[in-house]
Amino acid sequence: MAVAASSDAAAATQAQISAEIAAAAKEYAGAGREETTARLDYRPYRSSILRHPTKDLHHADPETLELLGPVFGDQDVDPLEADLTIQHGGEPIGERTLITGRVLDGQGRPVAGQLVEIWQANAAGRYVHKRDQHHAPIDPNFAGVGRCRTGPDGSYRFLTIKPGPYPWRNHDNAWRPAHVHFSIFGTAFTQRLVTQMYFPGDPLFDLDPIFQSIVDPRARDRLVAAYDHELTRPETHTGYRWDIVLTGAASTPLDREEG
Amino acid sequence: MDLVATPAQTIGPFFGFALPYDGDADLVPPGHPDAVQLIGRVLDGDGAPVPDALLEIWQADATGEIPQRPGSRARDPFAFTGWGRAATDRAGWYRFTTVRPGPVAGAVPFIAMTVFARGLLRHLFTRVYLPGTADDRLLASLPAERRATLVATADGPRLRFDVRLQGPDETVFLDFAAADE
Repeated sequence: MAVAASSDAAAATQAQISAEIAAAAKEYAGAGREETTARLDYRPYRSSILRHPTKDLHHADPETLELLGPVFGDQDVDPLEADLTIQHGGEPIGERTLITGRVLDGQGRPVAGQLVEIWQANAAGRYVHKRDQHHAPIDPNFAGVGRCRTGPDGSYRFLTIKPGPYPWRNHDNAWRPAHVHFSIFGTAFTQRLVTQMYFPGDPLFDLDPIFQSIVDPRARDRLVAAYDHELTRPETHTGYRWDIVLTGAASTPLDREEG
Repeated sequence: MDLVATPAQTIGPFFGFALPYDGDADLVPPGHPDAVQLIGRVLDGDGAPVPDALLEIWQADATGEIPQRPGSRARDPFAFTGWGRAATDRAGWYRFTTVRPGPVAGAVPFIAMTVFARGLLRHLFTRVYLPGTADDRLLASLPAERRATLVATADGPRLRFDVRLQGPDETVFLDFAAADE
């Protein structure tokens, strides 16, 4: 079943990947059920072929342990870690931007005091990670890593540089839309979330198998920040707003049926 | 008000410069009198190692108390926080240093685990039961041949627990969806 995965990955064109994306979208549109998160089994993202469970997730009632989670405090995060533009000797290159929003639970209550971690490429689309072979330049003044704890109202706030689009090897001429990786803790173990935030209007959205692995367009929109001119400051930075909702579970009963 | 959850996305290949930190996998210092090592491999559908996975664990202490104290990123060796994080190495191995969890209010003890990886479009939840565990509600609800995927084996001073993302011995991954309703 999976043997051909790596060989055809190298050969696929964007047109072939786009056709697979379109086929999955068409099947979903006619299926009459709502999916709210990424599919595990999504062939256009070639690396998922051998790395997704093929058996249904097993329903479990959470035990007491799973209804609680780790607690983070002042000693765990320096407030300066929320400013990705001041971590080195000089000014990073690119569009300085503020990303802020609130972390809420399914009832709209703030998730307070919890850890938010982000990582991202620089303005040229290059990660500092040693496995990133993209030829774009490293910015010596930008590492692309930030952390903060949410406030009493669930708010988080990062000052950063807007990342560039990123080339990868899923298929020929594959490019990822600009994105910021987010890692968020809720108050329960079951609320843990790792995801990616995108910027509005990105021309690469339709071409990207990771973004499109969320087959429901409304669900995809939940990962797209909103430009907010109220957050923009004169001659300083632009501003984007993105709220995060942690309801606890990774999948709905409906999308378990995808097999 | 019922809000819809923000969707997950893969952790991708480049978390290594952002998420791991010194002491992340040591819930107790290696010299702790009750220290055990929880080790294993993360394997794909071909049985090949997954060198770019990240695991997180969450557990009670040896007496069964669930810690609710800060300090998981800035460890105090005398303050157990119950949480740790470990990236896999080039051969797909992860290693935690921890203690065997005690029973929480009399329940069967286990270590809760979250699995992230490049190629895994959203994270997976599972449980690591202690060697020899048999009498448990979740295990009893599984087909007999799949129960062993959730039970660590004793390997000398170590607890061994492999995570198989796919295949005949695929690890049982959990869905807590009904908890929201």
